Amino acid sequence: MKLSAQAKVIALLFSAGLFAGCSTTGENMDEGGYGSDVQPIDQDGGSTVYGGGDQGGISSSAMSEDERMEIERQAEQAALRDITTFYFDFDTSEIKPEARDVLMAHARYLSSNPGQKVRLEGHGDERGSKEYNLALGERRANAVQRFLIVNGASRGQMETVSYGEEKPAVMGSTESAWAQNRRVELVFE
Amino acid sequence: MKQKSSFRLPTIIIAAIAVMLAAAGSAQAELLIRITEGADSAIPVSVVPFAENGSMPVGDKLSSIVQADLAMSGEFRPLPPEKMLSLPSKRSDVYFRDWRLLGQRYVLVGELTRNGDRVEARYELFDVNREERILGETAGAPASNIRSLAHHVSDKVYEAITGVPGAFSTKLAYVTLERENGKSRYRLQVSDIDGKRARIRLESKEPILSPAWSPDGKKLAYVSFETGKPAIFVHELSSGQRTKVADFPGLNSAPAWSPDGQSLLMTLSKDGNAEIYEMNLQSRKVTKLSNHWAIDTEAAWDSAGKGIFFTSDRSGGPQIYYMAKPGAEPRRITFGSRYNARPRPDSTGKYVYYVHQRDRAFTIARTNLENDEETVLTRTESDESPSVSPNGRMLIYATKQSGESVLTVISADGGAAYSLPASEGDVRDPAWGPIVR
Repeated sequence: MKLSAQAKVIALLFSAGLFAGCSTTGENMDEGGYGSDVQPIDQDGGSTVYGGGDQGGISSSAMSEDERMEIERQAEQAALRDITTFYFDFDTSEIKPEARDVLMAHARYLSSNPGQKVRLEGHGDERGSKEYNLALGERRANAVQRFLIVNGASRGQMETVSYGEEKPAVMGSTESAWAQNRRVELVFE
Repeated sequence: MKQKSSFRLPTIIIAAIAVMLAAAGSAQAELLIRITEGADSAIPVSVVPFAENGSMPVGDKLSSIVQADLAMSGEFRPLPPEKMLSLPSKRSDVYFRDWRLLGQRYVLVGELTRNGDRVEARYELFDVNREERILGETAGAPASNIRSLAHHVSDKVYEAITGVPGAFSTKLAYVTLERENGKSRYRLQVSDIDGKRARIRLESKEPILSPAWSPDGKKLAYVSFETGKPAIFVHELSSGQRTKVADFPGLNSAPAWSPDGQSLLMTLSKDGNAEIYEMNLQSRKVTKLSNHWAIDTEAAWDSAGKGIFFTSDRSGGPQIYYMAKPGAEPRRITFGSRYNARPRPDSTGKYVYYVHQRDRAFTIARTNLENDEETVLTRTESDESPSVSPNGRMLIYATKQSGESVLTVISADGGAAYSLPASEGDVRDPAWGPIVR
């Protein structure tokens, strides 16, 4: 689920780049995407999802340029919002640059839907001390909360909770498992 | 030296008992003891099987329990009874020359007498070289409680030889976790320190962590997520009565009792980020003791009850700090690596134990507070939650063995080890209870 969401966004960024006449290649986008946290991406799956939307926009001659852009933009935003998990490096609560566009999309959505509530769940990997990880998970959730507030969401829409290392997304003691467990999940109610 | 090598062969498995719990209505997952290594310096001691007058309860013999206790400490190397040349039960039958030939330093002999529903033990401990009795006592217990009597004898023997009170009659609290079909079951349990007589005290689908013993051994404070977020509870063990004492917005975690049992140190983030507070348990009033934008957590009183150790990442990564009195300017204690957390001072005031990152491994280390010397104690790699025995001689911590969390006990200088894996699932967050008189 997470993989396909990431694949979508990579594909989306890719297609958006082409649209704007940008010369960025797919490979470069992969590099700049989710970095070490990304699993190998199924490019076929990604393009299947996105091909349709792009084509529809282009072929509609009755649509004004502005309308077309708006539809593009909304599709892009909705696709970005499919991503609800954000990863962190070991012992940090810094939001990664590549997470910013997605979090901006969530912030805009929350801003235009004031009744929408979201729970920010902070987590750490199993290494180190449990109670410190609990505090670290909270700091990660708070970092995401601050980012969302700065970008238009209101505090009242959000609650944060940290589970520390208690609820790993992936079992196991490998670099890959740890990377997937250091995260904040947005849970929309 | 033959005895030594045979003892050092790893893995002595001591029988485990499954305890049925009426309240939980399910078979209890037991802890098993696995002695993985003994210390080179262990003292040779013979625990001679006690003579028995009258019928004794079925189950482990008192002398076997004492023998296992002493071995578990890592400080003793008990002689297997089959290697003994004679099995005396009183002084007149003890031939010191024989025990010297066997390389023994001490010999414990005794007898058990059934008296109605009680069992009385009369026992004597001899120093083989000096040919002297250094301990003699009669002690009794209900026949159903032979384990308590055995641990009492172990405590006395330990103290007579080392000069330090034994901690074999103390209790362990820990949390087990079983994951089944995507569901988690957390169980807060209390057992003897050899993992026997485990009882479930709380069961929850949500995480339970950081159990902490009150100084009188009657209560546990812990963090439970049963309400969907972390809250601190105080649980009276005899009655099972639970009180939610801290449920502020944000973190309510890392409870630690004051030496007088009147207050709890805890980590709250109600004012924005994780800080150390002290809560008076009568008035429930909280006082903020740390004030920094960094994470401050995992507080514990020092042995004198004057100062407080805690973890803070104010230098960039987690390190151990000490405030000489509540609210005082903290002094940094650890410098040896970029990750040091969860300080636990011992009762002697000489050492503080903590989680220590060394290269890629998370180990347990201690710092000698008199000379700031740091020693890494463990050779395992995913260690956490150190807890020191009340006599300062042993340390229990959580680690991983083949992917599962187990508890491991080592002597406090790192010399010996035994592990307590659960029969199923993970066991974590050990807390060593106080000596209760």
